[in-house]
Amino acid sequence: MSENTNSIKLPKAVETPSRFRNTIGKYVIKRSNACISCGKCAELCPYGVHIRYSNYAKPLRPIEHKCIGFKCRENDFFCIDKCPVQALTLRKNALLETMGDYRWTAEMLLGHFAMAETGDLPKVDLEYSLGDSGGGFDKMRFIKPDSALSLKLDDDKIDTSIELNKTNDGRPVKTISIPCYGGGMSYGSTALSVMVGRARAAKALDTLTCTGEGGYPPELLPYKENVITQVATGLFGVREETLQHCPIMEFKYAQGAKPGLGGHLLGEKVTEAVAAMRETVVGRPLFSPFPFHSVYSVEDHKKHVDWMKEINNQVLCSVKVSTPTDVDMVAVGAYYAGAHIIHIDGSYGGTGAAPDIAKKNIAMPIEYAIPKVHQFLVDEGARDKITLIASGGIRNAMDVAKAIALGADGVVIGTAEIVALECVRCGNCESGRGCARGIASTDPELGYMISEEYVEQRIINMYIAWRKQWCDILRSFGMQSIKELVGRSDLLIHMDYLDKEERAKYQATPIKQHII
Amino acid sequence: MPKKYHIDTQETPPRFYPVGKYTTIEFREDCAGSCRECVKKKCVYGIFEDNFLHNSSMKEPEFLYTCMSCFRCVQECTKGIFSRVINPEYRTLGNNYWTSDIIHRTWYQAHTGSIPVSGAGYRGPFVGKGFDSMWTDMSEIVRPTRDGIHGREYINTCIELSRRPAGLAFTDDMELAVDVPPILEVPLPILFRQPDFGILSRKVLLSMVKAAAIINTFMLINPKEIKEDLKPFLKNLIPQMTKDNYADYSDLIIGCRMVSLAYQPGIEQEFAKLREINPDIFIMVNIPLDKDCKSIVENLVNTGVDTLYCYTDENGLELNTDNPRFVKDMTREIHLALVDLSARQRVNLIIYGGIAMAEHVNKEIICGADGIAIDLPLLVAMECRLCGRCLEGLSCPVKLEEMDVDYGCARIINLIGAWRNQMLEMLGAMGLREIRRLRGEVGRSMWFEDLEKENFGPIFGERKVAAI
Repeated sequence: MSENTNSIKLPKAVETPSRFRNTIGKYVIKRSNACISCGKCAELCPYGVHIRYSNYAKPLRPIEHKCIGFKCRENDFFCIDKCPVQALTLRKNALLETMGDYRWTAEMLLGHFAMAETGDLPKVDLEYSLGDSGGGFDKMRFIKPDSALSLKLDDDKIDTSIELNKTNDGRPVKTISIPCYGGGMSYGSTALSVMVGRARAAKALDTLTCTGEGGYPPELLPYKENVITQVATGLFGVREETLQHCPIMEFKYAQGAKPGLGGHLLGEKVTEAVAAMRETVVGRPLFSPFPFHSVYSVEDHKKHVDWMKEINNQVLCSVKVSTPTDVDMVAVGAYYAGAHIIHIDGSYGGTGAAPDIAKKNIAMPIEYAIPKVHQFLVDEGARDKITLIASGGIRNAMDVAKAIALGADGVVIGTAEIVALECVRCGNCESGRGCARGIASTDPELGYMISEEYVEQRIINMYIAWRKQWCDILRSFGMQSIKELVGRSDLLIHMDYLDKEERAKYQATPIKQHII
Repeated sequence: MPKKYHIDTQETPPRFYPVGKYTTIEFREDCAGSCRECVKKKCVYGIFEDNFLHNSSMKEPEFLYTCMSCFRCVQECTKGIFSRVINPEYRTLGNNYWTSDIIHRTWYQAHTGSIPVSGAGYRGPFVGKGFDSMWTDMSEIVRPTRDGIHGREYINTCIELSRRPAGLAFTDDMELAVDVPPILEVPLPILFRQPDFGILSRKVLLSMVKAAAIINTFMLINPKEIKEDLKPFLKNLIPQMTKDNYADYSDLIIGCRMVSLAYQPGIEQEFAKLREINPDIFIMVNIPLDKDCKSIVENLVNTGVDTLYCYTDENGLELNTDNPRFVKDMTREIHLALVDLSARQRVNLIIYGGIAMAEHVNKEIICGADGIAIDLPLLVAMECRLCGRCLEGLSCPVKLEEMDVDYGCARIINLIGAWRNQMLEMLGAMGLREIRRLRGEVGRSMWFEDLEKENFGPIFGERKVAAI
């Protein structure tokens, strides 16, 4: 199952196809009734678009998402030209116009579906690293590397692990093999199989996932070494034993999607099981207050951290905060209170339901917060004694690398993980029975559309594909470890800060108007 | 406990199918016709239920207003015949400022009275023009409300429209030595204004006025429109008069609490005459927001005016210039001019122009307004599509002229209720307990230019692309 590398064990990618019978591709291939079922297309296509079984009268419907489109024209296996009866037609898929948005474009979604299916980078010409938001990560590029620096190292010789305990305080040294761990999505907001599948993936990848604030389902216990227990303001399901299970305990002061507002689980999602876990009443909406009612100052916050450390003398302490103007001061406060990890959550991210007004307007995007906090911690002489984790609007492998170059040690991923599970970001996680695609739902019917094995492998595949991109970047800059990239903002450029001639050397910023 | 101000909302479905965002496309030649697995029957949201003919006789639904975009029908149809596109009519909704998205959200709020909520993060551009180039702050730990959304009923959204003395003075025997003018309060910083266009039938106007009365705000209105049917609501009307015609409306000056006068040089000489007719009248002066506005405001501030009402065009752009500035920047200029004169506390500033969403209200107040006035959102709440057909004398697609007054009133109340709740969310996050504390409080906001300079400047150097 696993192969050895320098210091980490990586699971293997296993093809994990879509749960839905019709996949969505960038291109549409239609086969007309003129088809004589000669099997030529199936014979020619190396991408597996055409499948013909000898005992079937006709080939299967083309598997469109695997088609590489018009660029195939130069190949001698281009099915459209080779079909003896011209039964095949190829065009761009108009459906893409109705998919995605400025931040997660349709191509970025499809790119991640492909990565999660294969564990490899997409073969189709999809732009999965840049969105259309017109700012932040979408305007940043890595500089052109000096080719003399480039290393000839295999991926398995490149270290993508990060340390989560830099304090030397006698508590365990915790290393995760990729610079990402899973964000908190609570029991109640997501299906149990999603939660367990994420934990299984975290275990396989030697990283972590987080319970969210809805309690610790017993199904997670086999993976407890890889599960962070979140202690949020509502204290739902927080018990002494769940605090003793975990390697890391996360205090959630605020979250980027709804800074200053607290969580909200709609009544429909509070099923019997969810209510039992949260020790509340079935069908009643659950509001997490904001903020912690026991914290009025940094001193109170230190009391929290001390309490956490007292309950579990092996646990590492993470403090999750949002990104207000004074996020740098908050981060330093967390450091002085004894936290091992400061986790800043930017305003454009989040997975769960949040008021649109909050997501758009309250608190600053993570792109600003990372360098702000990083620099302040450097100036305070504290940067090498605390782990800085960023989240909120980090969508893809390149965003992760950019966040690290801006100053983060690692990132927390939520949305991309559920996109790997074929979330189309319709945004209706909160409505009625919950997610129609079975990801964020506790509905008896919808919640069982998804299996733990599928969740586990799709997420593993996505991270394996991401790791390939990180390794490419590190190699090109002559780095053997992703730790060398931390704070290397000199390797980044921002398109708006370049002269026109300089700008032309880099990939242009995508400009597209979306109907949202 | 005293009763808290609250706007009661109730679900008020639209009379016409709103313009849907999506429309389906089916490649029917491959459809089995009566498939037992038909995805339309299995739609999680049941959006085809009201369109049963869609199944039985394959009649196209006119709209997919309620489509939630889950793609399950597209991905699960056994023959793969389903696809979707953006409804071409949806693209034509509104204009560059009043986008289809804003109109859709306004309809949703007017329908449900709820605030728009969605999952999976923000989906818009990183930054935009106008109000979209600023963010509001939040308080991580220390905050006055302390109770998050549970305590938001304690957040006060009340503003004043009455002037205030520069300071209090007392005689030797501790009696007040200055006149303290009467106080006029509005429980929320949103005034209504009669729109400049649209089907302004009596029913439409009455709906707006009635809604203003129920939520206890004011509506600025042309005095010619105040006929018998609006007379019961005089206390919530602000007739917009001029120096030349106010004498014809002495009954309104007596019946209303506040009147407004269009600015003309020497307008301050009329204030005493108005107060002769009604000593308790509050006076507002309407000033176009252009390059002269600042000096006019500076001259008027000590003349006994209560409120200065400065207006741009409907999109928030400066008037009378070829190179207009946006309302938020102009508001800031006026506000700071008043601060420099040490006169900001004496008068109130109401701004009209470009307010299309709840967040704009708070942002405009951060820029220095006391409150704002709106008109188009009221029309949109009543299903107006801003198509402009009425301007050409054509029929209204949603027959606004036939609308029931109670219906229109309920839709407006829903919208304002949802707006107020969103304003409270922002105030709560900022840790403010009074919207009056937000006025001019730029420290509670973050501006694109500043964030770029502070955080990206040290990394990337000088910004070469100035415009957003």
